[in-house]
Amino acid sequence: MNYPSKLIEDAVNEISRLPGIGKKSALRLALHLLKSEKNQTQHLSDALINLVEKTTYCLECHNISDSDICMICSSHRRDMSILAVVQDFKDVLAIENTSQFQGKYHVLGGIISPIQGIGPNDLNIESLIERIKANSEIKEIILALSPTMEGDTTAFYIKKKLKDLDVKVSTIARGIPIGGDLEYTDEITLGRSILSRIEF
Amino acid sequence: MNKPKFFRTFVHDMHLEKLQLSNFRNYENQFFEFSEGLNCIVGKNGSGKTNLLDAIYFLSLCKSSIHSQDALSIKFDEDYTQIEGRFGEELITCSLIRGGKKSFFYDKVPYEKLSEHIGKYPVVLIAPDDTDLIRDGSETRRKLFDGILSQIDADYLKLYLSYNKSLDQRNSLLKQFAEHNYFDEDLVRIYSDQLLATGKKIHAFRKEFVETLIPLFKKHYDEISDGREEVNIVYTSDWFDQNFEEAFHKSIGTDLAAQRTTKGIHKDDFEFWMEEKPVKKFGSQGQKKSFIMAIRMAQFDILTQTKNQKPILLLDDIFDKLDEKRIQKLVEMVDAGVFGQVFLTDARPNRTKELLKNISVKFVEIV
Ligand SMILES: [Zn+2]
Repeated sequence: MNYPSKLIEDAVNEISRLPGIGKKSALRLALHLLKSEKNQTQHLSDALINLVEKTTYCLECHNISDSDICMICSSHRRDMSILAVVQDFKDVLAIENTSQFQGKYHVLGGIISPIQGIGPNDLNIESLIERIKANSEIKEIILALSPTMEGDTTAFYIKKKLKDLDVKVSTIARGIPIGGDLEYTDEITLGRSILSRIEF
Repeated sequence: MNKPKFFRTFVHDMHLEKLQLSNFRNYENQFFEFSEGLNCIVGKNGSGKTNLLDAIYFLSLCKSSIHSQDALSIKFDEDYTQIEGRFGEELITCSLIRGGKKSFFYDKVPYEKLSEHIGKYPVVLIAPDDTDLIRDGSETRRKLFDGILSQIDADYLKLYLSYNKSLDQRNSLLKQFAEHNYFDEDLVRIYSDQLLATGKKIHAFRKEFVETLIPLFKKHYDEISDGREEVNIVYTSDWFDQNFEEAFHKSIGTDLAAQRTTKGIHKDDFEFWMEEKPVKKFGSQGQKKSFIMAIRMAQFDILTQTKNQKPILLLDDIFDKLDEKRIQKLVEMVDAGVFGQVFLTDARPNRTKELLKNISVKFVEIV
């Protein structure tokens, strides 16, 4: 594509580097910004610069944070006795949106997959063990990982690493989605749902 | 939830009525209509007869019978291909994007997993260069039987995919141990346990399958070859060792040195025997072709039984590649109505007419 201006071309090139945005969408966004109030674009670029320069990771849970200790870890209202181990920041958001969990988190920063060159040492597993050892009030670890082969492998691995520590280890239940049809549920999910049935 | 229906109440008379190809191999845009009986695809050599059979194969099994890379099924210079087939009331669409996704649709609703589609419309392909199965290493034969088992049972396909994933992970891990000079027993043990759990089930499937296949195979071989030679298929596997699980864990030293998993069902073989000797070494060309044809016929029988419907039979270029006697056997079977829908390719339509004069043939001409 030929652009009428080098400035537009630069903007389009940069915006289209973002995931899921092609050149056409990038051009539309660039033209939109041009037409908008100048200070709106200023706010956007400030926010982006602050994002990359000021965001850090929580020293406790490794969640994305504005300060050394994140808002969840520093909150007095959160239950210190229970930790949910999750793959990444997006899972924290997902669980927080349920409003069902009052404990704290531990973000692994990925999932074990030797094919992709990710081993246990690339994840925050050692720091999880240290955290449990240093905080005797932690009583339960919930392994809230995806029910994929990699998720299961990571869960088994962490469970092995925690076996000598005085904590209860649980995993999120896997079952039939709400509104799902029993007949069309695959047999592994259905089998697991029957095995982990709950009193009614 | 918007999920395709997997359970058909009427399984009979399932046949491919219509086919629309877009950018598939040499076809730019072509529409075909077929009969529920015998379809003879005629055209000059290089006109794309085999490609048409391959499109039907692809639509049924989600992959090409010719190319292991999906992208090679897309017309040269194009970015996507679509195959759409109508089986009675059911419309199946396959779309493939170069460097992108392969998707299958049932009445325009996408399948979540391809494994949900494979095996719904069984096919059996008899191609002359099938004798690779005899010549090649054990991997080609495992692929053959894995392919048949996957059509028979969706659970097998799931196990097989999961086994391969665990195997890839374990092999990558063994390589990393060597490269970075460390060892993590806990982690390798998790992958070992996964391989043992799925491997054990796969072995049971294969064992039972071969036991069902052998008598059917022998019967067909006798018919095709007038029963002169004693033939057999012998399934070999590490799992026949009573203490295989223990042996597997003990082989960690060998695995570390080799930087890959040295034992397990990925090392299984299906040995082809004739008169107590390997067919590979002692069989004639004709005997090898009979051997493969007999396996394909047995595959047809098993699929018919398990699916309660006759698979689509694809016969590629058999009149040129088989000898008189074997062609005659096959023609007798077609005449006797053993098969359901059949597609065969022939560069010389008059020959097909002559050979199959007792039954009606729909000629599909490719220009
Ligand atoms: Zn935190």
